[in-house]
Amino acid sequence: MTAEQIRGCIAAGEFSAVEVANSALARIDALDGEVNAFNQVTADLAIAAAERIDALVRGGASEADLPPLAGVPAAFKDNMNLIGTRTTCSSRILENYVSPYDCTAVARMIAAGVIPLGKCNMDEFAFGSSGESSAWGPVKNPWDLSRVPGGSSAGSAAAVAAGMATISLGSDTGGSIRQPGALTGTVAIKPTYGRVSRYGCVAFASSLDQIGPFSRTVADNARALSAIQGKDPADATSADRVPEDFVTATRDADVRGLRVAIVRDLLDAEGVTSEVRDSVLAAAAGFEAMGATVGEVNLPTSQHGLSAYYIIGPAEASSNLARFDGIRYGHRAENPADTIDLYLRSRAEGFGPEAKRRIMLGTYALSAGYYDAYYGQAQKARTLIAREFSAAFADYDVLLTPTSPQVAWKFGEKGDPLTMYLSDIYTIPVNLAGNCAINVPCGFSADGMPIGLQIIGDYFAESTIYRAAAALERDLALDLRSPLAR
Amino acid sequence: MSLSEHDVRHVAMLARLGLTDEETKAMQSDLNSILGHIDEIQRLDLAGVEPMAHAIEVVNVTRPDVARPSFPQAVAISNAPLAENGAFVIPQITGGGDDE
Repeated sequence: MTAEQIRGCIAAGEFSAVEVANSALARIDALDGEVNAFNQVTADLAIAAAERIDALVRGGASEADLPPLAGVPAAFKDNMNLIGTRTTCSSRILENYVSPYDCTAVARMIAAGVIPLGKCNMDEFAFGSSGESSAWGPVKNPWDLSRVPGGSSAGSAAAVAAGMATISLGSDTGGSIRQPGALTGTVAIKPTYGRVSRYGCVAFASSLDQIGPFSRTVADNARALSAIQGKDPADATSADRVPEDFVTATRDADVRGLRVAIVRDLLDAEGVTSEVRDSVLAAAAGFEAMGATVGEVNLPTSQHGLSAYYIIGPAEASSNLARFDGIRYGHRAENPADTIDLYLRSRAEGFGPEAKRRIMLGTYALSAGYYDAYYGQAQKARTLIAREFSAAFADYDVLLTPTSPQVAWKFGEKGDPLTMYLSDIYTIPVNLAGNCAINVPCGFSADGMPIGLQIIGDYFAESTIYRAAAALERDLALDLRSPLAR
Repeated sequence: MSLSEHDVRHVAMLARLGLTDEETKAMQSDLNSILGHIDEIQRLDLAGVEPMAHAIEVVNVTRPDVARPSFPQAVAISNAPLAENGAFVIPQITGGGDDE
């Protein structure tokens, strides 16, 4: 059921919010032993939130009176704080951390009436593209348990794909919402930088991080983003804009006259499989058939995005992760000889291999003698990438690329870190420029795995990409229930 | 550019990250492989291009200078792995004074 249907049925008295909560919790109980999407299930918080909705209904609230996500089962990536829960980032270093405050986006979801089911597993500190680098074990893809769900918001994607949650929140620094969205056949948006407050989401790369929702349908996604958007005094980088009703953009979505461009050079990049490529071209043809004009652009500098990202991302991460020192919170080594020993051993014991790699890479890129060659150069490349997008948006409303060069792969298939990094070539340029993009399922591979289309929009053009995504969703009418959700 | 084992140890110390000998060798190999790819960024002609630190223009965001409620002390230290008398405990960082 969609969020709108769940809310409508609760308002009409067809079932109660507590029944919804119990049914979602029972599903997690039945499925999550296999999927491992949740680090923590918050049954008490779920029932309490459901009871608040039921009390409103008993008090005579009509559908219009209920909050916009009333009774909708939701889950949050485990890098987002929620009072009374552990927030571990799937890292041993935060194993025992209990949130003393709420992440703004999570608090806004709860204020919008969701049933909070729990905290989702992820690649440690959001470093990864497969969901394998969690200290609490890998997340599995509900479409095929022998395959990865993508990452880093692996559990958030899998929870929705398995039908355990209707909406989940993830965070996207280089593709961590959109890429798992593609690999699990879910709708997944990285909003424009600043559209959603980052307050209370454990920082990875502060100039790139953005929170966004996963859902089964485009309309549900728009409903969730509408609830969490907007200025937050606690995040100075949140944009001061009038909130928009994104759901309107998804209703009777009409793409006649929409100027669509295939990003030709990225589509022809090395490593993209022919079935992913064909599926994207078919989606473009679909837009044309619906009355859009379809052209082509090239984004030559964006091909350098990966290099710029693997300098800027780790540089900011190494700085953000310096706070884990074994003193104020997090893991602390036993019997330190002195403070340096405390730092060295607490961090060595607490961080996993990928976190250590990123910290090392970032520290090196920022170190004396290398700063200009790496960080300075990457920041300049970032300017060119942003300019390149702006030039493309002068002529086109949306740009199309695959979201991921390939469908979900088998566990352990990508052994070395560099091969893993290459899976984000399509998503990374958008984080560097800061504009918005959405993953929408656009077909299946021969072996039945979902393929994702990335629809890229200009700054704050979420309504436009939602409109395009909703039109394609309606046109393709794919059955997106994963085998686990049937 | 490529990192020697000595470079890796130096960076690990800068990052306050204790690495075993085995981890140091693996890290050297991983970092050099990644840098081998990243170094292509040096080939871009970026002379005269302004660096971009941030995605959207945000300048001097301020709030009214009024006091707001903050965590009570007990909450502020509630996640400390080691606390005593309402304070974080750190290893001794100054000389022992009378004891020495």
